[in-house]
Order: sequence, then C-alpha cells, then structure tokens
Amino acid sequence: MFPTNKPDPSLLRGLTQRRLGRRDALRLGGVSALGAFLAACGVQGKGTPQASVAPDAVDKFWSGKAKNGKVDFANWPLYMDPKKPELAKFTAKTGITVNYQEVIQEMGPWFAKVQPQLSAGQSIGFDLMVITNSIQFGQFRAGGFLAPLDHSKLPNYAANAAKSYAQEAFDPGNVFSIPWTSGITGIAYDIKKTGREITSLADLWDPKFKGKVGMFSDTQELANFGLLAAGLKPGDSDEAAWKKAAEKLKQQKSAGMVRNYYDQSYVDALGKGEVWLTQAWSGDIFQKNVSDGTDFRFVIPAEGGTIWTDNMTIPITAANPVDAIMLMDFFYEVENAATLAEYINYVCPVPAAQDQIKKDAAAATGEDKATLTGVANSPLVFPGAADYAKLHYYVDFNTAEEQQKFQSIFEPITLS
Amino acid sequence: MSTQTVFKSDAPATPATAPRRRFRFGGEQAMFAYTWLIIAWLVLPIILMIIFGFNNPHGRYNQTWQGFTLKWYREVFSIGDLTSALVLSLVIAVVSALLAGALGTGIGYALGRYQFRGAGGLNFIMFTTISSPELIMGISLLTLFVSSGVGLGAVTITIAHVMFSISFVSTVVRARVITLDRSIEEAAADLGASPWTTFWKVTFPIILPAVFSGVLLAFALSIDDFVVTNFTAGTATTFPLWIWGATRVGLPPQVNVMGTLIFAAGILIAVITNLRSRAKTKQA
Amino acid sequence: MNRVKRTLAPYLLVLPGGLWLLLFFVVPMVTMLSLSLQQGDIINGYRFTGHWQNYVDAITDYRAQMIRSLVYGLVTTVALVVMSFPIAYWIAFYGGKKKSTYLFLLLLPFFVSFVLRTISWRQILTDDGMLLHPLKEAGLLSPGFHVLGTSYAVIFGLIYNFLPFMVLPIYVALERIDPRVVEAARDLYAAPMTVFRKVIFPLALPGVFAGVLMTFVPASSDYVNSAVLGSSGTTMIGQVIQAQALANSNYPMASALSFFLMAVLLSGILVYAKALGTEDVMNAAAR
Repeated sequence: MFPTNKPDPSLLRGLTQRRLGRRDALRLGGVSALGAFLAACGVQGKGTPQASVAPDAVDKFWSGKAKNGKVDFANWPLYMDPKKPELAKFTAKTGITVNYQEVIQEMGPWFAKVQPQLSAGQSIGFDLMVITNSIQFGQFRAGGFLAPLDHSKLPNYAANAAKSYAQEAFDPGNVFSIPWTSGITGIAYDIKKTGREITSLADLWDPKFKGKVGMFSDTQELANFGLLAAGLKPGDSDEAAWKKAAEKLKQQKSAGMVRNYYDQSYVDALGKGEVWLTQAWSGDIFQKNVSDGTDFRFVIPAEGGTIWTDNMTIPITAANPVDAIMLMDFFYEVENAATLAEYINYVCPVPAAQDQIKKDAAAATGEDKATLTGVANSPLVFPGAADYAKLHYYVDFNTAEEQQKFQSIFEPITLS
Repeated sequence: MSTQTVFKSDAPATPATAPRRRFRFGGEQAMFAYTWLIIAWLVLPIILMIIFGFNNPHGRYNQTWQGFTLKWYREVFSIGDLTSALVLSLVIAVVSALLAGALGTGIGYALGRYQFRGAGGLNFIMFTTISSPELIMGISLLTLFVSSGVGLGAVTITIAHVMFSISFVSTVVRARVITLDRSIEEAAADLGASPWTTFWKVTFPIILPAVFSGVLLAFALSIDDFVVTNFTAGTATTFPLWIWGATRVGLPPQVNVMGTLIFAAGILIAVITNLRSRAKTKQA
Repeated sequence: MNRVKRTLAPYLLVLPGGLWLLLFFVVPMVTMLSLSLQQGDIINGYRFTGHWQNYVDAITDYRAQMIRSLVYGLVTTVALVVMSFPIAYWIAFYGGKKKSTYLFLLLLPFFVSFVLRTISWRQILTDDGMLLHPLKEAGLLSPGFHVLGTSYAVIFGLIYNFLPFMVLPIYVALERIDPRVVEAARDLYAAPMTVFRKVIFPLALPGVFAGVLMTFVPASSDYVNSAVLGSSGTTMIGQVIQAQALANSNYPMASALSFFLMAVLLSGILVYAKALGTEDVMNAAAR
C-alpha cells in the first residue's frame, strides 16, 4: 500500500510545506505525495529526527504578517480557569482580544474536522490550537498544516521553558509547536462508589466494578493501558505486543467491565456516577473537584501511566498568526505559567513556576494556601525523576504500515 | 428527522371528515388514557428542559435542582460562541428555506402541472432524498466536498440543507398544484391574460399557502438538523452542534433557555398559521 | 410560439432544483461509491484502485454492529406499530373536533432540537439521576444498577424519537376509511374483532407501510441515540460510519460501510414491499 523506498530528503523537506497540504492532499487522482507520510512517521519515529523545514520557510510565512488585535484560540475543556484571568491580563497588556473556545475533545475528530479546510487552504477559524503529540500531530505536520514558528518572537519561551522540551521526538527543535502543558494519564475514581483506594491497572479488570469502568477511545491512550496491564512496555512494543494488549482489552470488554470508551466526556460520566473508575487525565480531576466540590481521586497506577504533551500550534491558514505567537510567548512568562498551573494542575513546562507558586502560596491564606502549597509540591505538576520513571510515552511508529496496523488492531475495540 | 415535518404541516390540514358514527371497538376509555399517557411521555423531557432553565446550579453541571433563578434569562446571550452558533443556525435556516422554497416550488409546480420527460426520474430522486438515511446523505456530501477540495463551513451546510429540503417543498407544492382547478386559469387566458400574467395573478396566489408551508417546513428541518450538518460543518458551529460538543463538559442553563424560547416561538408560529388557515376556510 | 414555451416551461422550472439535486445528491453518491473503492491515506490522498477489500474489511470487522443496528431498528419499528396503532385509532375515530389538537400535542417534541431531547432523557435516566437515585437510596435497586448504556435505553430513545412518524401515517390511513364500509361489515354481523381484522386493519396497511418506511430506515441508521444513551456494548453501524469519517478520516472505509448499509436497508425495503404488494409502495411514495 505504501512505497518502501526512502524518498529523497529534499523532497521530504519540500513536502512538509504548504504546497502539499493545499494542493494535493485528498484530491481524487491527484499527484500523491508519497514521501510525506513517511515523513510523518519520522516525526513519531525512533530514528533520526528529520530536518524539518526549508531554511527560508519561517521568513516566508512570517514576512508581511502584522498584529491585528485579535486571536481565535481553540483549546480543550478544563484547560484554563473559566474566568480566564490570564487572557484578561494578556488583553490588558497587548490590546489583543482573545476568542477562547473549548472545541477540542479528542484528536481524531479535531483533525477530521479541520483537515478539509486546511487542505483547501482555507481558514479554520482559529489562529492557535492546542494539539497532542499523537498520530494526528504527525498528520498535521505531514500535511503541511502547521506554520513554522518564528523563535525570535518567543523570547520568554527561550528563557523559561524546560530544556527537555526542545528534544521531544514529535517536534525536535520546536519547529512547529511549543508545549501548552504535559499531562499524565492515570486512573480517576470515586472512592465513595469503589469503596477502596484504587492503586493498579488490575482494578480496571476487577469484576467488582463490572460496567462501571471507563476507558479512552483514543487508540494510543487505550493501547498504552492494555500494554501496561499485560506487562509490556509501550516504548518498544511491536505488533505481537499490540495483539496481546488488544486481547487483554477485548477480554475486559467482553467481560462487560467497560461502560464506554470516552473522549473528554469521561469527566461528565464520572460526575454522573456512570463510571466509578476511569482512565483520566491528571489535571481534569483536580479542576472538577475545585469547581464542583466533588471528591474524586487520581492515581498513577503501580504498573505505570502515560505521559503526553499538548502543544500550541498555529494553523498554516491562520488569519492572525502574530497575535497568536504573542499569546504563546505570554504563557511562558513565569507568573502566567504559574497561575495557569495553579488552576489546571497539569505538568508545567516552566520550571521556575514552581518557586513562583510557592511565593503565591506564602502570600495566600487559609484554604488557598493549602491548595497552592499542594500544587507546588504536586508530582502531577512538577514530576521528579522517580515519577518520570513510572511514565511511558505513546507507542510510536517507524512506518506508515506500522501505524495503520496499530490502528486496525485497536480501532475495532472501541467501535464495537 | 427529515421526514417528520411533512406531516407536521400536512396533518392538521387534512379535512376532518371523520366517520360520524363511533365504532364500538372496546376500551375507549383505556385508549383515551393511553393516548394521554403517551403525550405526557413525549412532553416529559421538554418540561424538564424548561424547568432546568430556571435552575441555579453552583458548578459546571446543570443536573440537579439547586434553586430557582431568572438569571439565565437575563444572561441568555452571555456565552459568546453559543449565541453565534444560534445566529448561524438562524441565518442558515432562513437562507436555505428561501432557496429550497424557490427551487422546490419550481419542481413541485412543474410536476403537478405538466407531463414531461424525466418526470418519473425526478419523482424517484425526490422519493430517495426523502427516504434515504441522513447519515448517508451527510457522508456522501462530505466525500464530495473533501475530494473536490472544497473547505467545509456555513456554505456547505447551507448547500446540504437546501438539498434535503427541496424534495419536501416540492412535495407539498405538487400536492396543491394537482388539486388546482384549471378552469380558473383557462378563464384568465380567455380574458386575454398572457401565461406569465396568469401565473402571477391567478395561479401563484392560489398555491402561495403551500409554498409558505413548504418554506416553513424547510426552515424547521434546517434549524434542527444535526446529522447532515455534523458532516458538512467543518469548524462552523450551529446550535445543535454546539450542544453536542458541550454535553461532554456539561450544558450551561443558557441552552435550556434558548431551547425553551425556540420551543415557544415554534408553537406560536404553528398556532398562528393554524388559526389563519382556519379563518380562511371559514371565509370560503 | 406558445407551444414551444409550453413544452419548455416544465424543464425551465425543474432545471435549477433538479441541478441542485443532481449536483448535491446524485453526484455525491457517485463520489462515495468511487471512494469506497479507493486506497491510500488522508495525507497522501486516496487513489482509485478498484479496492474491493474495503467492503470485505467493512463486513468482516463490523458485521456485529450491522446486525445489532438492524435488530434495534426492527424491534423499534415493531414496538412503534403496536404502540402507535391505538393512538392513531383513538384520534381518528374518537378525536372528534379536537383531532388536530391531539396531533399537535403529539408533534410537540419536534419543536425542541432532536439532540436536546435525547440529552434530556439522558439526564432523567442517568445512573444517579432523578429517577434512579431515590430508588437506590431507598434500597430498592443495587447501587450498580443502570438503565443508560443498555440496549433497552437505546431502543427506548429510538422509540421516543420516532413515535410521531408512525402515528401520523397510520392516522392518515385510518382517517380515510369510509365509515360506510365499516357499517356494512357490521350489518353483516361481523364481530367487532373481525371488523377490525378484516376491514380496518387492511385499510390501514398503507399507513403502516409508510410508517415503517419512515421509522425503520432512520432508526437503523441512527447514531445519536446510541451515542447519548448507549455504551460500548450498544454501538450501532451509524456510530462506526460516523467515527470512521469524523474521527479516523478513513473515508474509504466510511463509504464502503455506507454502501453496505444502504444495500442492506434497500433490500430489506424491497422484500418488505414485495410482501405487501408494490401498489402500496407507490402509494407511500406518492404521499
């Protein structure tokens, strides 16, 4: 189905640019840009990170672009204080108004939603979007749908971001993206219903919770828990391992354990008591408890959890890229990174924010003080080396065949 | 959902020529109670929707009753993107209803009035559009737009809505044209009116109520459509799509308020049209 | 001169609307057919290769969901006929002057968005919701008991959403029955049950047919009810198609599944039409 010959590197470079996305992707009988998909896999691959864009791509994109005074921001739910204090501050500081919309619930549907417009070279109505380092990140890149970032416009990022982020395999050198936050996939549970602390993945297979378990519908999220539960490491898994994991997950399903496979809606299901324990993203639970007064708990299972990064990116067709990149950099001011982390409780990409939060905690009183101290010392916001040892990245792929194989193994689980 | 409203407009219009004599088929009382029970069941979730528009929830989730407030009626338009979704829905509904009204009237009139080659084929296509699953129409349009490199948005939604509304409009108009008394037109022609004048002065006023109910029908189909819209929207967000997206994180009470207002407006329009047509029948 | 105008007139009238239907109904079906036989991926584009394997994969991977959808559709339709007949009957024969009021009441749900109505049921039926919570508190139900997520909940939703589509056509058919026919039957000393079986029901059949057509097809291809009220064990084929198109961007698979579904529904309708006689089909079509 896919060519196995390695394409010329210069072709690869060329293909990751706008031309491909605009003209060729998905045209019936159009010239197929065969190399691009391999390039996409290179993104996720363990092999040598591929040189990303032609040297003049950044200039080409940014020349002639000016600040327009507004920015449309597409993000996931539960990713900012509902009162949006940071955005108000940004507007006060720059005069740029932000239209913030929580429209992304899962990566696959988001990609499917915007891909037709991006392929047609049309605006998707957003200048800034937060996307996970998933299969779709590679597709966004390979399609030429992301604008190359002008790092001269990101001074705070250069000064304050954790250096490890520049080396992430999905976007080495942060050519197209800088992190919004990282997050951990673990298990959230309602202790009033489960009647006991949840500590391990095996609890997701415990017949006692039949029909009350939630799992993610995203194949990479689901697969990781299947692999870990089967005692396998996602990092160096192969087809045989995937099949074992799929077996494990199918068994969970056919035993009637799984209530449903969720996207962002798992929080709602937990709140309504539809599930008692569920795969969950670390910070969501914290916010749910803060905003609704619930007492849900989150745990990284003994067998391990998943770590991922959600990234700020600018779609290639963005109408207000300058405003967008200003906002991106704004979140790397230590103070703003700190207040954001204080509220959302996800892994903060700015190490200096930890001290800032401690300072904020010292200034606060009562309950706030306790909460802020908790955040500053939380392994979910500032994980230490020991925490990282328990965390695994998504399964990555060397070839397009591998990726399709992976999808075809795990898709039928969620769709039946 | 597309098929519903054919009857919505048709049914009350059917002449009430009920058999005078009551059939003695046991359990009249039982059937009466049963009918009311079903009506109550049908209305129950709507009543709930209305009630929870007055709820005063503390957190993000409007699920349990926590006290009465009118706050959401004051703040009904305070969620910017929800309001713009509603506005987009209304704009698309108006535009597609008018377009479908014009195109559908043309077809309906031609089919009712003339015999021509291809009429059978056209009838068949109309029947298929009315009876084929929305899912299939949505997905086939998606494949068309995507493979011809057209980006998705308000325009593609409108195109889709016009497409599935045309057949409903023309069905309604055709039904009226078929029952038209041709002698009136002939009389006009005998009096020297040109075909054009005859159409606008004589025929059109007669079929106008049918055209009007066709347009209303198209409007109703459009504003409520979820399935086809979901496939043709891209990032454009209509009212039903916004609700669909927001359920995952909890629907704000403003949705209940808007739902209530749309419900009230719909009933008002239906009652007014009904009264007007009744008044007309009485006159005639 | 006039003659030419007259022969041209219908074509001119039909042209814009006909073109619209051609362009946005017929042509998409063709592109969908073409896509269902293509290979490739979203980034590189899909190429036509006459790839029948898509159909083979569609049928082997998602047979269970297809069968489930047809079963749900069938159960829903049968339940609807049984539930709707007494209502239509009562309104048609006992509704008196208030007939249109009753019909209007039955149509009330349509003034609220389909999605909103279904979500409202979710709120009512949810595990710890207003209905089940008190029963669980009272110890009448076990804490793990749930309605949502079961096949029952999905079928319940389908019945709720499609009921008026069944009541109305049956009502229209019953309404048309000439009372003298019934009287004649009675004058010939037919028992009430016999009158119903031999006279009323057969005359109502075209309405039942139309109702079945209007409910079975959309119910079996629905994905909203199962998505809102169902769970991982109630996935219907519509959800699979939706996910393949709108989550996985796998358009060939979505197209193949759609054609497969259409073929199944169409053959079902044809068999059904044959059993009832084609004249009824035409009647239903003409309505």
